[in-house]
Amino acid sequence: MNHFFDLQYAAHILPDLARASIYTILITLVGFAIALVLGLVLAILRRSPIKAVSRTVGFVVEFIRSTPLLIQVYVLFYVLPAYGITMSALTAGTIGIALHYACYTSEVYRAGLNGVARGQWEAACALSLSPWRTYSGVILPQAVRPIIPALGNYLVAMFKDTPVLSAITVVELMQQAKNVGSETFRYLEPITLAGLFFLVISVTFAQLVRQLEFRLRLP
Amino acid sequence: MRELFPLLLQGTLVTIEIAALGTLLAIAMAFIATAAKLAPWAPVRWVGNVYVEVFRGTSLLVQLFWFFFVLPLPPFRIELTPFTVAIVGLGLHYGAYGSEILRGALRSVPGGQFEAAVALNMSAFSRMRRIILPQAMINALPPATNLMIELLKGTSLVSLITLSDLTFRARQLDEATFKTAEIFCLTLVIYFVLAQLLVTLMRHFERRVSHGIIAHSSRQITQKAAS
Repeated sequence: MNHFFDLQYAAHILPDLARASIYTILITLVGFAIALVLGLVLAILRRSPIKAVSRTVGFVVEFIRSTPLLIQVYVLFYVLPAYGITMSALTAGTIGIALHYACYTSEVYRAGLNGVARGQWEAACALSLSPWRTYSGVILPQAVRPIIPALGNYLVAMFKDTPVLSAITVVELMQQAKNVGSETFRYLEPITLAGLFFLVISVTFAQLVRQLEFRLRLP
Repeated sequence: MRELFPLLLQGTLVTIEIAALGTLLAIAMAFIATAAKLAPWAPVRWVGNVYVEVFRGTSLLVQLFWFFFVLPLPPFRIELTPFTVAIVGLGLHYGAYGSEILRGALRSVPGGQFEAAVALNMSAFSRMRRIILPQAMINALPPATNLMIELLKGTSLVSLITLSDLTFRARQLDEATFKTAEIFCLTLVIYFVLAQLLVTLMRHFERRVSHGIIAHSSRQITQKAAS
């Protein structure tokens, strides 16, 4: 048996890995969609004039950001069933990673919202726009544009964190690579292929974000 | 609750140990990678770039598994203990991120500082040590603090390569006692406290570094003026 990278074996296991990588991509896309919406909600709540609300949200964001995703996922998957909330591993994992990154995106949104000039808020107030129209029509279009690259970076970071979900038996790419490896006792090809998959996608995407950053720069 | 704490604390000590050693290696790797990326010789620059892109572009868990499962088998046959894998994995992974921080911080030092050091006929080494790095440090420390917290969080993944850190102990206790909620919440709180301690420590360090530089440079200016 070939001891170095066995191309034939690699080609043989590729379909299995490709099937699992669909889950990796699915988790990333669904999780990021949730993180984008929830992050904005958290950022707006954090600006709430009610101190209790803004402080609580601030603390929760800080807490989730400074504790490991792995344990948060354990909490969702192992602790919640005791309180009657049972989720599949895939659901728990996606929600866990989405919550974790919502706290990161909320910080990005916060920076974007803080970057909008004061006069814009005052003008919206002077025109007596409703809070909804103030945000959707005036503030957000200006706040979001400069932070799109930062959000894109978190999409890449989230994509690279999906292997953590293998710890709660989600069969995403990493778990599948490990399973394939344990069947044949050849870990070199599956784990290297999984690594290459992450490398190619994240480097490509990081490049896109960099180009976007350049194009979005206001003249 | 009371009987859980000592066991979790044992795991916490392992977590702190791994985080500290991983951070040291990451700092060393950040400096080495940055030096390689700025080298005058192109092949060295390529090595630096490839290292940073590969370790930033793949997941930490993939890297840990690669070191843990692939290296002991042929063609490599390198048997590493989980402890070594953890430190090497964390150090290499976060070192690649750290080199980006360091590069940005070095770039933020105004070009005039470099030119002035050249004009004063300083050697490349003392130029770096006395002029460029101290100023770059002020800009590098806040993002480095964030990265250290990411590293601390990243240590939880070493439980998946059978190292008995805090996360591993929590899983073990959970399986033995079924006090799932208490154990995991306590674990989260311990990580949170560790992160807050780290932030406090680094803020203190930041203040000292920036204070030291300002005091040092103004003292030099008054000395120069006097003489």
